Amino acid sequence: DLCTHIHTDNPHSETFTELCLLDVLAASQNNSNSGWETKAVEFFQDQLKERDTHTLVPSLNDVPLHYLKPNSLVKFRCLIQDMFDPEFYMGVYETVDPSTKTKMLRCGKYKDVTECGVDFNSRNTVTAERQTFYCVPIPGENPWVKEISSSCLTEARVVPSTSYAPSRQKRSYEEDDDMDTQPQKQREPHAGMKIPSEHHGNGDCKRQETEAPSSQTASASHLDLNFPLPGEKGPSCLVKVYEDWDRFKLNDTLEVYGILSVSPALSALADEKDASSSLLDPAESMETAEEQRVHSPPASLVPRLHMLHAKPLPHNNPLLPSAALEDNSAFLSSTLSEMASVREEILSYFTHVLLGDALAAEYLILHLISNVYSRRDVLPLGKFTLNLSGCPTVASYTERFYQIIQQLVPSSHYLAMSLQNMNQMRLVPKKDYVANRLVSGALQLARNTSLFLDETQLEQGQLDTTGVRNVTALGNLISWQKVDYDFNYHQMEFPCNINVLIASEGRSLLPSDCQIHLQPQVAPSHLEESLSSIHMHPQASSQLNKFRIYLSMARLLDYSISDEVTKSVEDDFVDMRKDDPQSISAEDLHRMLVVARLLSLSLGQTSLSRDSWLRAKHIEMLRRSRMEQHKCVNGNEP
Amino acid sequence: MSSPTSTPGGRKRGRNTNPPTPSSEDPTSPPSQRRRGQDSSTGDLMPMPTSPATDMLSPAAPQDTSLFSSPRPSVQPNEVDMSSPLMYGTPMRGTPARQRPDLGSVRKAPQVDLHSEPPSTDGAVASEPNAGQRLVIWGTDVNVGTCKEKFQRFLQRFTDPNSTEDENAGLDLNEPLYMQKLEEISVVGDPVLNVNCRHVQSFDAELYRQLICYPQEVIPTFDMAVNELFFERFPDSILEYQIQVRPYNALKTRNMRSLNPEDIDQLITISGMVIRTSQLIPEMQEGFFQCQVCAYSTRVEVDRGRIAEPAVCRNCNNTHSLALVHNRSVFSDKQMIKVQESPEDMPAGQTPHTTVVYAHNDLVDKVQPGDRVNITGIYRAVPMRVNPRQNNVKSVYKTHIDAIHFRKTDEKRLHGLDEEAEQKLFTEDRVQTLKELAAKPDVYERLSSALAPSIYEHEDIKKGILLQLFGGTRKDFSQTGRGNFRAEVNILLCGDPGTSKSQLLQYVYNLVPRGQYTSGKGSSAVGLTAYVMKDPETRQLVLQTGALVLSDNGICCIDEFDKMSDNTRSVLHEVMEQQTLSIAKAGIICQLNARTAVLAAANPVESQWNPKKTTIENIQLPHTLLSRFDLIFLMLDPQDEAYDRRLAHHLVSLYYQSEEQMEEEFLDMAVLKDYIAYARTYISPRLSEEASQALIEAYVDMRKIGSGRGMVSAYPRQLESLIRLAEAHAKVRFSEKVESIDVEEAKRLHREALKQSATDPRTGFVDISILTTGMSATARKRKEEVAQALKKLIQAKGKTPAMKYQQLLDDLRGQSETAITKELFDEALRALADEDYLTVTGKTVRLLA
Repeated sequence: DLCTHIHTDNPHSETFTELCLLDVLAASQNNSNSGWETKAVEFFQDQLKERDTHTLVPSLNDVPLHYLKPNSLVKFRCLIQDMFDPEFYMGVYETVDPSTKTKMLRCGKYKDVTECGVDFNSRNTVTAERQTFYCVPIPGENPWVKEISSSCLTEARVVPSTSYAPSRQKRSYEEDDDMDTQPQKQREPHAGMKIPSEHHGNGDCKRQETEAPSSQTASASHLDLNFPLPGEKGPSCLVKVYEDWDRFKLNDTLEVYGILSVSPALSALADEKDASSSLLDPAESMETAEEQRVHSPPASLVPRLHMLHAKPLPHNNPLLPSAALEDNSAFLSSTLSEMASVREEILSYFTHVLLGDALAAEYLILHLISNVYSRRDVLPLGKFTLNLSGCPTVASYTERFYQIIQQLVPSSHYLAMSLQNMNQMRLVPKKDYVANRLVSGALQLARNTSLFLDETQLEQGQLDTTGVRNVTALGNLISWQKVDYDFNYHQMEFPCNINVLIASEGRSLLPSDCQIHLQPQVAPSHLEESLSSIHMHPQASSQLNKFRIYLSMARLLDYSISDEVTKSVEDDFVDMRKDDPQSISAEDLHRMLVVARLLSLSLGQTSLSRDSWLRAKHIEMLRRSRMEQHKCVNGNEP
Repeated sequence: MSSPTSTPGGRKRGRNTNPPTPSSEDPTSPPSQRRRGQDSSTGDLMPMPTSPATDMLSPAAPQDTSLFSSPRPSVQPNEVDMSSPLMYGTPMRGTPARQRPDLGSVRKAPQVDLHSEPPSTDGAVASEPNAGQRLVIWGTDVNVGTCKEKFQRFLQRFTDPNSTEDENAGLDLNEPLYMQKLEEISVVGDPVLNVNCRHVQSFDAELYRQLICYPQEVIPTFDMAVNELFFERFPDSILEYQIQVRPYNALKTRNMRSLNPEDIDQLITISGMVIRTSQLIPEMQEGFFQCQVCAYSTRVEVDRGRIAEPAVCRNCNNTHSLALVHNRSVFSDKQMIKVQESPEDMPAGQTPHTTVVYAHNDLVDKVQPGDRVNITGIYRAVPMRVNPRQNNVKSVYKTHIDAIHFRKTDEKRLHGLDEEAEQKLFTEDRVQTLKELAAKPDVYERLSSALAPSIYEHEDIKKGILLQLFGGTRKDFSQTGRGNFRAEVNILLCGDPGTSKSQLLQYVYNLVPRGQYTSGKGSSAVGLTAYVMKDPETRQLVLQTGALVLSDNGICCIDEFDKMSDNTRSVLHEVMEQQTLSIAKAGIICQLNARTAVLAAANPVESQWNPKKTTIENIQLPHTLLSRFDLIFLMLDPQDEAYDRRLAHHLVSLYYQSEEQMEEEFLDMAVLKDYIAYARTYISPRLSEEASQALIEAYVDMRKIGSGRGMVSAYPRQLESLIRLAEAHAKVRFSEKVESIDVEEAKRLHREALKQSATDPRTGFVDISILTTGMSATARKRKEEVAQALKKLIQAKGKTPAMKYQQLLDDLRGQSETAITKELFDEALRALADEDYLTVTGKTVRLLA
């Protein structure tokens, strides 16, 4: 019945027809459908590779769930938050028509629910295996990313559902919050039960009229959707993976293309369990209620997505072409040539933001484009945690500063390191064995997320056990770019790639790769004024977009060091040590190499030049002398 | 009592070779079997007094290829009434058969006359003319008689002379192993026979295959076989119930991740960690129904979780008159256990899988959350129940394992590591590569350079850590009252911040299987040792172990050792010498093993290492603790140009070389891991005569160095260290003997470490008392001199009850010909204060009367 829902003007209708053929094939050809199936999926994947086809597929991120047609093709930009146990399902099964007694072979792939009258004793049943991932929208994805990606999809949004009335404006999340969710809650199970799965399309129309388009806010109250960051919204999804699930890792960001399944039967099954559990069924009586709730939540809240194709996302910046950079040489060369000039603009912008401190602005750029590109045994290479000390504590400077960053990077998170937060927040994901799931924490973030730690919020006081653990976790994150997830009986190390920026008054209590003390060029009396002008500073959106592309691009570039430059770097190091061995240690050289790398990349150069090296040395020297100076002023040991 | 089939003659003709399929066995099958085949072909069901198998006749049934390969309408053989021909004549004398819910709900095992049908061909009723007719259990290729006989032969004949399992401790390894176990059963009365599947496999591969593929049918057959044999041997034994066979160590599957639909209904062994156990669940095995009208009673067995309630009373023909009588029904214990993949088995970046395991009867409560277990059982998949009110169902199966056998892997084994763990670690190829590597003359250098390649140079430190990874030989002197000798090497790294100490620690922590990483700053004594916690569910007090206990047999890496509170550090005293941890908390008093090597890193108290001060002064750690470290290394920046150049080159290449290039240069981390694990498991070197001589000499030499200047430069602890290091070095070479080269290297390394850490900065001599008493002998002498000089000075001043501190210092400085540091002065004052000569309050010094 997949086919019946395909809109005729959907370019994929062909593909779909073939997919539906699976059923027919299963019926006629007795298990030999595998060849056809691969062909169909391949064809489909080819289609998606073509330039703009993928924009035609509606996205779960942008379109409210109930506007999407069940059993249709959708995509979902998400992060793998948890991996459930593999499940066995009926790959092929036989049904018996109760009236005619005729037997039919059916295909169970890409579906959650079987047809009527399954013959459990059939010898033609083929058991197959699939894996379930619990996926959430990319944590900390900034509003501008959502806006831009949904605006690309206006077309797709209308296409999939006949019943979706485009005249009606999509409600913003803010509005949803204010809404009284009460009627919503009541209606949900009712709507689910009433409409039989096979006739969803017709049912939708009617629902549309009466129902408010909000399901996410209502859901949060009675079902924890396990988002890593507090206050996140958006659908989470159970993604069923049929092939090669080993290639996916926890915290991978993906764009999943799959068949949406919201069959109310899934939730209904869960509801009825309690009523009928008096029967002695060993398999079902064992699952705890919590586990049940987590692993089979109502499909209206957590839809199922049967994966046909998944595209790993190297970044989630919608302004960049999604294809790999090498394949898009035109885009690459045009941006590369512009990079130096954009850098100038962004530098002056940051200088303004950082109250006229150009050196700090320079380091801020380097920080924002840093990226763990490799690991040598335990050592992550390329990380560049920046500690911006000397932040003014007036006029909520740090918050405003974060808002600027939020405007520029695709995903970010602001973590106020207040005592209360440190003592209470769950930073490290923890396995909940009762519900059998990984309870997320604020450090379960996608790669290249900017984590903004506001240490100016920290006051004197006592850290309790949780607090100590949280601070240790932050320290580990910064030093080793890993988070030790708590599995109760043991810890498991998950490598990560998070850009940590620490804003503090004095030197941060957390380790950092690089500390720079802010030297505002603005007189304290004008601080307020200057600060307010930052936020008001009118940045044309085209300008902002330029910055956004620049920052994401610089991170994706390759980098190398030629032999000559290696030689000169070595000579430099030896010379510096000769003059004053205390002046530069191995650690300093480490940092200078990172700075040189990031500096080159920020200029759009993919290999280190002698000039860049000298420039890196120069800014490092400036920074160090500023540190010395600051030390002298305060008389404090670092 | 045995059937003629199992007469020696029959056996001899039988399976000396192991035919791959049952059909090909036929020509050699014993006469009785053929006779039975003929019997059945004539439809004459003759109760064979000798064979308790149910000879049910049916035409050759097609093979069942669906998910459930086991036959559905079936009877469990050992459940049949005692009056049935099955049990007739078997000498079990009323020993009741106990139900085996672990084998699932199969009640009947009908046999099928199989016209030598190979099990693989689906449903083909092939008839090979030469093959006689054979009886197999429906849906399988198992012939009960053959299978039973084979198993009996296995029990009677199997010996394992090379067994290292501790279960076999005390058994005569050259006698048939399982007969001895049966004897044990007759004495102990515990009617469980654990059978190692690998033994079955090595004895009869075909039988093994059947056991793996059709455990549900084969294990009851084994039960019958073993009981026959047992009661024949020990006719007077009284057992609570009949012996149950529990196979374990099925080689089918090792890892939970590799379970797939093909494993369903097969015997598998998986390893994992128990994460949750449920309450005990009474599961009905047999319902007892009584007619409300005529009190006629009947029993109904549970079939796949359901009881078919009889609708009509057979006695009085009333409908719906039967009621279930709970307390006369038969229940069995059942427990749900959640098992999670062990962290070692997991690919990086994935979350662990979990599996549900059901334990039945006496296996209930055998394991606790946190236990590492190997579970042997039957993998099951149950379809989601069809709900009559629902037309379509979820197309998903629920899977679980019916446990037949548990084996804890972290339990202390009498004879070291258990066989499976070894098996898992090293394939023959691997052992070969490791041995080849060991044979290389420069293996020591190779391994040490493979250690943390991203950290530059520090060769000796890496060598020290390498020896720590291997460890010494464990010696037990508890009989002479000294207890265990420490075999673990403890190492302390001190040095300037930013000399990649933490990185080394991280590397080691990632390398060893039972490593723990803590930071002195964040850890408390409780976190290191153990604490008592109340379990929120059971309200039981639970002992939670800390890092030191967890790294038993591993390495505990402690970063920022100097930042640790004194209280916390004090627990290390016991751990680092006695290798135990004593706990007396919340009514729990116990001593836990903590045979852990400690790798600690400490920063100097001042931000930079002060070369003018001793180690103790630099890191301010109590010398009692320091003397427990075998090696103390300083990680300092060597300031020389050639070094700088190499370092720069190393670092730059770190930043641009590709991953592959780096890997070529160094040994793979996995090889290193295996090498260490292999050496730790198999090699326990002993001192050779020559080596002991060398050690004695070395020790005497060390004592001599100091004695010339009136200092002691070596204590017995240093000798012990030397022995450990020499043993570890022998292990590196895979040598069972400690030879003089090992001693040489131990000496060299020890000397290097001493040179770095125990050199008296004032004299330039190595002085072990810096580490053992916290102060060099010269310094002590100097202190005394200054104190005396000070005393003289004060006395010279006459009767002034109070003096200015600064004034006194300046006076002393003016008087003394050597430089008097403030520290020295303070120490002198302290010494005089100890003599009750004076007191120091703030900036004034007061004389005491």
